[in-house]
Amino acid sequence: MTRFWTRLVVVLTVITGVNYIAWRWAASLNWDAWWIALPLVIAETYSLIDVMLFGMTVWKLKIRKGAPPPPADTTVDVFITTYNEDLDMVMTTALAAQKIRHPHSTWILDDGARPELKALAEEHGLGYVTRSEDWTSNLPRHAKAGNLNNALMQTDGEFLLILDADQIPEPDILEKTLGYFNNRRVALVQTPQYFSNVPADDPLGSQAPLFYGPIQQGKDGWNAAFFCGSNAILRREALMQLGLVGYVKETEKSIRRALAASRSAIKQARKSADMETPLVAQVLDEVEAATREAQQELDAGQPLGEITYRVRRRVDAAVQTLVMADVEALQADLEEIAAMELAHVGESGVPVVADDAVQRMSARDWSPLGALESVQAVLDALSVERNDEAQPVMPLATISVTEDMATAMRMHAMGWESVYHHEVLAYGLAPEDLKTMLTQRLRWAQGTIQVLLRENPLVQKGLKLGQRLMYFATMWTYLSGYAAVIYFAAPIIYLLLGILPVTSLSWDFFVRFIPFMVVNQLLFAVAGRGIPTWRGQQYSLALFPTWIKACSTAARNVWFGRPLGFAVTPKARQSGGPSWSLIRPQIVVSALLAVAAVVGLIRLATGLAEPLGTLVNVAWVIFDLVVMSILVRAVLYKGYEPATGPAATERNADGV
Amino acid sequence: MEFSHEVKESYAEVKANGRLNMVSAPKLREFVTDVIAAGSNRIVVNLENTAFMDSSGLGALIGCLKAARQAGGDLRIAAVQPQVKMVLQLTSMDKVLTSYTSADEAFSND
Repeated sequence: MTRFWTRLVVVLTVITGVNYIAWRWAASLNWDAWWIALPLVIAETYSLIDVMLFGMTVWKLKIRKGAPPPPADTTVDVFITTYNEDLDMVMTTALAAQKIRHPHSTWILDDGARPELKALAEEHGLGYVTRSEDWTSNLPRHAKAGNLNNALMQTDGEFLLILDADQIPEPDILEKTLGYFNNRRVALVQTPQYFSNVPADDPLGSQAPLFYGPIQQGKDGWNAAFFCGSNAILRREALMQLGLVGYVKETEKSIRRALAASRSAIKQARKSADMETPLVAQVLDEVEAATREAQQELDAGQPLGEITYRVRRRVDAAVQTLVMADVEALQADLEEIAAMELAHVGESGVPVVADDAVQRMSARDWSPLGALESVQAVLDALSVERNDEAQPVMPLATISVTEDMATAMRMHAMGWESVYHHEVLAYGLAPEDLKTMLTQRLRWAQGTIQVLLRENPLVQKGLKLGQRLMYFATMWTYLSGYAAVIYFAAPIIYLLLGILPVTSLSWDFFVRFIPFMVVNQLLFAVAGRGIPTWRGQQYSLALFPTWIKACSTAARNVWFGRPLGFAVTPKARQSGGPSWSLIRPQIVVSALLAVAAVVGLIRLATGLAEPLGTLVNVAWVIFDLVVMSILVRAVLYKGYEPATGPAATERNADGV
Repeated sequence: MEFSHEVKESYAEVKANGRLNMVSAPKLREFVTDVIAAGSNRIVVNLENTAFMDSSGLGALIGCLKAARQAGGDLRIAAVQPQVKMVLQLTSMDKVLTSYTSADEAFSND
């Protein structure tokens, strides 16, 4: 029944929304003020697409009835990932994990390699994993994804329960979820992330009831519920498959790139080095011939291992010829010296360079070819060892600072299925101050945008259309920062300057706009089935500087290789007084909105502005200010006091 | 790779800074030949800042030795770094080119 009403409201939303936005584009634009009219209609179109994607999500809302019992002999590794969190916190989680009822091994994945934690783990009989020696300091560590990938190579459970250091699991977490894997195609079961240190009014918007609810349930309906980094169970086989496919893909890509670069590298080498010795030119000819042949073999689909091996053999032989020539010339020089002054060289005669010395001098690290750096770089890249990574097989995606979504998307693209189990089975700790919360949101947003830019779901082979749109929907919401700026600017511009982006605020406008607005809110109410969504709506607008920063830094990172300025989210509260500086842009915008409202009212009183336009825009300003007001509470929030909050052990009543 | 030289009382010191490899080796030959042509036949190649040498570099050093001997003088090397030392030992060239700890020491005995 709920599904019927939800779908009805979705249909109404689409009809009223398209009706409104089509009219806006076709008949309402004030071209005299195109510089605000156009941005505003684009922002509104953005919002319509956003709500349509939400409607599509909840269209297939899937309410699961729980999992069948799992086979008793299913083996599970429980991973607790930590980097610098408080040892007490890690141990509380680890000991709770140890008490999970289904047979399993519990592992602490300590990226901080802290001896104290190792001792505690041993004392309690817990597994303890740090990075293997393959992770040398010159290779990328890939943060949490690297930590998990490292642990995957050192353990062997069929399934992996992944928990952040603060996520205390319930003893029945595996019993409730493992049975979903009886379906051989299921690779992931995600459960909600719920925070026990959040008061009922949730000033920092930590709980995400809409996401860990209708949104994930809707995505589940499209087989697109995705991995959120913690409180999830993964099938090792699927992860390893992902790692192997990724390895082959990356290797082929880097070989293709190297071959493409080889021509110009060789050309450049011919030009730059003084090629007095014809032998060097010969070696370059040989390298060129070898790469050309490799290209043909690659296009013919020959195995990468053989192709790269052959190139290496040919180049090695050429290099050895070069070294031999050097040695022969050197030997000739020595003979000449000896002939000049017999006495000096002595009885032992001219020293002879042994064959093994020639071999050694031809090896990669001492090879004369090393002088031609660009050529050497090309040859190094023509390998299957993946020397630029600590381990060739990286099961968890490393293309983004949030490895979870990218990993899930690749799983879906390979035909695996996922499950969202809507029942809180682990209790975590949310940030208790604005600064930490902003860091965390920035990181999520950056990660999501990275995935969008590196592996745009709309063009991923293997994903069904619905899955593509489900991933895209989440990414789309993170573009809201730009729309927010326009939504703030439009009323300010009208109230201060009297410039209206629409031709007139007439009957035509209200008859289209109001039904859309009403149905839109109704959609959230029906789809949310009474869960509080207002806090989420406030933050999606109020954190506009964070969203914009995330988009710009992620774009710079992906396109120009600049660092993200990435920080691990601290789990402990940051000290210090209220930090208003964190929300400076929002304070400036709020002040502008307030001033604009006052000026607008004065203009109305003096007859410079018309009543209807002023009224609508002042109402709009008031809405914006109410939205922003949450930030005042966030800045003043002093952290969680258990006495006033809900009982931490209370189970989510909305479960299966 | 950068080369410089300084004419001292009893010898000329040639400094080779950087990697002595296939690209820079011909330049070393040229440089030392010029120093010899300018009238110094007792040469010390200071390898203090030469972290790496390949077979071409070694060939160039021997070539320079030959040039110095042909001019009636000698070429010696000083302040050899680990990788270069390994190359010299491996190829037995340490029997031909003795390494001195400093440039000053190289010709101190004659």
